[in-house]
Amino acid sequence: MNLRRDVFQAIADPSRRAILLLVASQAMTAGAIAANFNTARPTVSKHLQILTECELLKQEQSGREVYYHINAKKMKEVAEFIEPFRKMWEDRFNKLETIMKKYKSK
Amino acid sequence: MEQKTKINAEEGKQELVITREFDLPLELLFKAYVESDLVEQWMGTKVLKLESKKHGSYQFETTDPKGNKYRFNGVIHEFVPNQKITRTFEMENTPFGVQLEINEFERLAADTSKIHIQVIYESVAKRDQVLKLPFAQGINMAHNRIQELLSKSA
Repeated sequence: MNLRRDVFQAIADPSRRAILLLVASQAMTAGAIAANFNTARPTVSKHLQILTECELLKQEQSGREVYYHINAKKMKEVAEFIEPFRKMWEDRFNKLETIMKKYKSK
Repeated sequence: MEQKTKINAEEGKQELVITREFDLPLELLFKAYVESDLVEQWMGTKVLKLESKKHGSYQFETTDPKGNKYRFNGVIHEFVPNQKITRTFEMENTPFGVQLEINEFERLAADTSKIHIQVIYESVAKRDQVLKLPFAQGINMAHNRIQELLSKSA
């Protein structure tokens, strides 16, 4: 088993993206994060574990509570690296769709 | 808005997966991959040759704004209408090697379809180089634009 978590796999999951969006506005405890989802608490914990392992989230102890923060540096790294490549394909495919829609109506 | 085109490039693997759903019937999506004049339009490239059949080959030529020409070519290994195109792809005169592209076409509903592209590279390093290419070009373009503006104002 590959123990090293893959960052791209981590952000491919919609629930994990939702968690990242939520935590982006403010640091939150696992309980507060879970309260925003209809998912079972252990599922949310698993998502948090994956996001932490691939360093998209950071944990910080504050008294008895553990808060999750977004790791902006890592998020930026991931987005910048792959986004232009994705955008290139997105533009191409948007064009394909437009051209073929016109072709259909001809 | 949700992003329609998704890229999955797992760390340490020499492949990547591109998926995209279209508001197009399957037949029209497939046609866009088969007919030269359509490929020219959406890929933004000149099609020098495109033999859409098993053992057929293709060659494209793209000209950048400075007039530099880049050629791409490959061989089609598998051609199943409205289902699958397996082909190689190579950027001529570059160190990126030959990549294997497995394009799978799928009908979702009468007017929607999906493409699933698996691209396999010679090595993890080559995949990462190709992935970073548009990123590097983006930086270069921004850089050139700044230089352009600076030289105009000078």
